[in-house]
Amino acid sequence: MSNFQPKPFFSFEPASLARLMPMYIAVDGQGLITAVGTTMAKIFQSDTLIGKEFLHVFDVRRPAGIVTSESLLRQVSERLKLTARSQPGLSFRGLGMPIVGQGALINLSFGIGVIDAVREHHLTEADFAQTDLAVELLYLVEAKTAVLDALRNLNLRLDGAKKVAESQALTDPLTGLRNRRALDQILQKFEQRKADFSLMHLDLDYFKQVNDTFGHAAGDHILKTFANVLTRVTRSSDFVARVGGDEFVVVLPQKREMALLEKIAERIISEISMPIEYDGNLCRVSSSIGITCTQFYQVPNLSDMMVDVDDALYASKKAGRARASFAVGDRAVLGSIITRSVRKRPNLTF
Amino acid sequence: MLGLINRSLQCFLHETYGANTWADVAVIAGCEHVEFEAMLTYPDEITENLIQGAATILRRPRETILEDLGTYLVSNPSVEAVRRLLRFGGATFVDLLHSMEDLQARGRLAVPDLELPEIELQELTSESFVLSCVYPILGTGHVLVGLLRAMADDYGALVLLEHAGHEDSHDRLSVQLLDQSYAEGRHFELALSTG
Repeated sequence: MSNFQPKPFFSFEPASLARLMPMYIAVDGQGLITAVGTTMAKIFQSDTLIGKEFLHVFDVRRPAGIVTSESLLRQVSERLKLTARSQPGLSFRGLGMPIVGQGALINLSFGIGVIDAVREHHLTEADFAQTDLAVELLYLVEAKTAVLDALRNLNLRLDGAKKVAESQALTDPLTGLRNRRALDQILQKFEQRKADFSLMHLDLDYFKQVNDTFGHAAGDHILKTFANVLTRVTRSSDFVARVGGDEFVVVLPQKREMALLEKIAERIISEISMPIEYDGNLCRVSSSIGITCTQFYQVPNLSDMMVDVDDALYASKKAGRARASFAVGDRAVLGSIITRSVRKRPNLTF
Repeated sequence: MLGLINRSLQCFLHETYGANTWADVAVIAGCEHVEFEAMLTYPDEITENLIQGAATILRRPRETILEDLGTYLVSNPSVEAVRRLLRFGGATFVDLLHSMEDLQARGRLAVPDLELPEIELQELTSESFVLSCVYPILGTGHVLVGLLRAMADDYGALVLLEHAGHEDSHDRLSVQLLDQSYAEGRHFELALSTG
């Protein structure tokens, strides 16, 4: 058996206590402050806390109802939440314990407000207890902020890159055909080289009805089917673009006979006019087509050709759909599918 | 490996030696047109290629380049974050040395994917230390030499810091503390001012 008798009480020099708990406050039996830790002294700067009544310096928010020093000393060992009366933004949390025979020792920390407090009062690592994780918290906040900044920048860059990629894209994502931007580029090249070509402007008849009746998925299926038809019927050197909802343009390089263009149009119309099955339903569409060629013009001009080919398409629609029209002025209508129409232009060669 | 490491190398070479040098290194390393993203992951060999590429283009030993990288990480204003995060390691240079043992854990706390060197500190006397580190990149100890020398300056401590060789995949550094408060050191506020 040991004769060791632990001493029931300890006493500290205030300076030692301050190193253990730099934010402690000791009060006497009357609730007057008798000693404070170094960090507490630093926070309250010029106000000397010693000798002041604790409740004059701090507003006790929790537990509720502590307005007298007796109630403070009675409830000091419950969870404490305080704010400084002189600095209402400065709050503390902590716990007190009675000092045997004389008042209480209250140990405080900043809680979640620690970052503001550190900034406001220029606290350093030495102002925190060795066991306090405040500095680690500050480290973490700063590290996470740096990481978030990096991620935010990354997102901005990726978003920018995506926008650039989209704006430079030349492909229609649904059909895999070229898009309007690609079409503009290729037409400009033809115009610059003054090369001959034919232009077909196509749209789908009854497409809106299919979309409304069977839904967008069915509509998309029709568009893809039409894209396949156009790709199959044209040559690989021809250029096929989807330029709008159900609007397509085919550019056929070099001079082509009108009879050949008629044949191509006929094949397109007959193929797309076959019922298309989708999800158990039979969808019926056809195509109206306008055609123009550089050889129709004395001096071919892209903007005239675009207007004329659009008019020719409109003429096909007006004449009952499922047909193609050439923009060659007042020529007679030929055949049941192919309509020759439409405009009078002074510079037409036909 | 997280792009942060490659990104650091890229910024270091670009800022120190110019865009042309960086472009030459990138070509040798097979990553021209690559803008390294700190938070994306890249194959490990790219880092090695970059270091070797830099040594070839700059005609300087790998060790010197890595040491300069370490110095750059702490002393260049454009990467102030690194210096600040290291300063959280403690109030004195010796505190910092001890906190290097937590480097890996601190890194993971910030970015779970971030792999930093595993560091062990041996305190021989209160002025004499041996620091050893393990990391997949050969010569990481030289980065630490540059980095810790710059941090000693930052704390205002006078130290003698040397690479003390490589064995069993450990790089060893010897650190002699001559004067902990030799100079004023740079100011460090725990919390950055807002705005």
